[in-house]
Amino acid sequence: MDIKDLGLNFASMRAEFPLWLAEVTADEWTSTALAVAEDHGILVTMWGSEKRRGQFVVSSVFDINNGELIWLELAIPKSTKKYPEISSLFPSATRMQRAIKDLLGLEADGASDTRPWFRHGAWPADYFPLRKANRGKESSWPDELDDYEFVSVAGEGVHEIGVGPVHAGIIEPGHFRFSVVGEKTLRLEERLGYTHKGIDKAFENISAVDGYRLAGRMSGDSTVAYAWSYCMSLEGIWKWQIPKRALWLRAVALERERVANHLGDLGAIGNDAGFAFGLSQFMRLREDWLRLNKSIFAHRLMMDYVCPGGVERDVNSEHLALILKQCRYIEEEVRTLQGIYDDHSGLQDRFLTTGTVDNELARKLGLTGLAGRASGVARDIRVDVPSEPYGRFAVNISIREAGDVAARVDVRFDEVYESLRLIRYLVDNLPNGAIRREFVRRGPAGSGAGWIEGWRGGIFTALDVDSSGQIARCHVHDPSWQNWPVLEYAVIGDIVPDFPLINKSFNLSYSGHDR
Amino acid sequence: MMWPLIRQISKVGIRTETPPVAQDLEDAGRIHDEIRRILGRALTIREVDAGSCNGCELELNALGNLYYNLEGLGIKFVASPRHADMLLVTGPVSRNMSQALAITDEAMPAPKIVVAVGDCAINGGIFGESYASMGGVSKVLTVDLAIPGCPPEPIVILEGILTAVRYRLGKRTS
Repeated sequence: MDIKDLGLNFASMRAEFPLWLAEVTADEWTSTALAVAEDHGILVTMWGSEKRRGQFVVSSVFDINNGELIWLELAIPKSTKKYPEISSLFPSATRMQRAIKDLLGLEADGASDTRPWFRHGAWPADYFPLRKANRGKESSWPDELDDYEFVSVAGEGVHEIGVGPVHAGIIEPGHFRFSVVGEKTLRLEERLGYTHKGIDKAFENISAVDGYRLAGRMSGDSTVAYAWSYCMSLEGIWKWQIPKRALWLRAVALERERVANHLGDLGAIGNDAGFAFGLSQFMRLREDWLRLNKSIFAHRLMMDYVCPGGVERDVNSEHLALILKQCRYIEEEVRTLQGIYDDHSGLQDRFLTTGTVDNELARKLGLTGLAGRASGVARDIRVDVPSEPYGRFAVNISIREAGDVAARVDVRFDEVYESLRLIRYLVDNLPNGAIRREFVRRGPAGSGAGWIEGWRGGIFTALDVDSSGQIARCHVHDPSWQNWPVLEYAVIGDIVPDFPLINKSFNLSYSGHDR
Repeated sequence: MMWPLIRQISKVGIRTETPPVAQDLEDAGRIHDEIRRILGRALTIREVDAGSCNGCELELNALGNLYYNLEGLGIKFVASPRHADMLLVTGPVSRNMSQALAITDEAMPAPKIVVAVGDCAINGGIFGESYASMGGVSKVLTVDLAIPGCPPEPIVILEGILTAVRYRLGKRTS
């Protein structure tokens, strides 16, 4: 799609990727969404803000052209506090619209599903934390949890299985409602929001240079991706030039994060198919990997390593040698283990055709990131709109068409090898120079955006900074928003015992989504 | 099919490390003995994420890898709170999780040990207290021991678990 075809008055925004902002009318809001949907564009994220007292806007970001983003901003009439819904065009908008209602009290006009999403009844229906009149610290309400209306499935022999929010293992909380006949899943409905801890509001109480620490704790498994996405948005607003060495070190950390998560998940996926050997082997490799993180980046998960202006600490030649040596070792071990996984008929029997999302469904529902690539959606920010250092070398994108557990496992194996290759390249060619730009705590007011391909998918940050250096609004989007609803489709027709396996093959974030 | 698997197992060998927690003990066997002395059996733990960022869960899962040999020490994570001696809680307690956390605690048989894992579980950490976050676990439950860190490393969690067990023994004998 050519951006000119949209007929809007776009302004180019300073970002590491093509980004165009337009203030639109309600009619343009709907017609643009329709044009993007018809052209098979993608909804990246949606959020609401109170710009000034009583002046509300709702924003949406679409990917119209493999990495070319448009950002629409619609001012909302004070009298109605309503905006036209877009979930009939983009199914993934449904929960985003429900979240906007819970946080700001803005209603998606015409939406079919208007149930609360983050608000479980722990605060009143007329309290909207993101409104500027509220400090976000209000808390003196009786704790009366709501009776949520799940969609019920009727018919002979249909029964429900409710699971969570406290699950059997050491995992994040959420509720799954299965409607089943015998062992077969007819329908799954997710209810999330249990880990909602008011992060959007918490951002508004801190200064822009400190926001990266909070962003880096939205989802602990993606701390590097989140912190980088946040820093990218701030550095864009303040027009900071980041030293090349710092950007390369950020990429080393981002790829190490990708490998760490794939190692853990490949083991856990094996385990969920009854292959404990896989878990034990991969968890050992993951532990080795995290221990080297600790000795080089001072933290096993690399929290707070990426910071505004660059990175927290430098590496020396000894570190680089250790990284290279470990990459060689891990690759050798993972290839052996992949051979064992591939040849294990019992394991393949569980993987193949389980939890299938075909390409048509994936595109219709907006499946993104690693799960999208396993369903033939060839999108990867590192490939589509490579920022430094990704523009210096070609990242090989991993694609599978089948969209089942086996395809997601294959993509993960591919991405481990590719990330190991990238880490070696980055380390071998690491530029000299500073690791952090000269640091100031303030800059001009403005809006900016960051977009980073985390191991799960794209993490998008929209940041508003005021002239005193405080965060006015920060919206950070996890790709799980797109992918959680697709999981509900992936399990249809599979047996209930396959759910943990299918779920783990996606491994979506609760905390990153619940915010 | 089996040979590559067996070859890999034998190549990797035994990687379990002597627990550093054994510094003031003689060996891992002593830890096992101590747990048995205190509880008369293995230690079973029910973990609840009450709103964490998942960082603490990653490290709790890492505790299950072969380097730490948790089950060899007689410690096991269980699914049902009714089977658990210890409740391990992570995260700031979100208001949306407070009820589920309280129900899990009620379902556990007494005497039970409650351990708060991570900075958020101590006082809400970076998320603090708000309309959505109640802050630390002690806002909802009586906490026996807190393990600081963001997130605490597996070995620190292991030390904390054992300290909590000892603390409980001290309380019961005094």
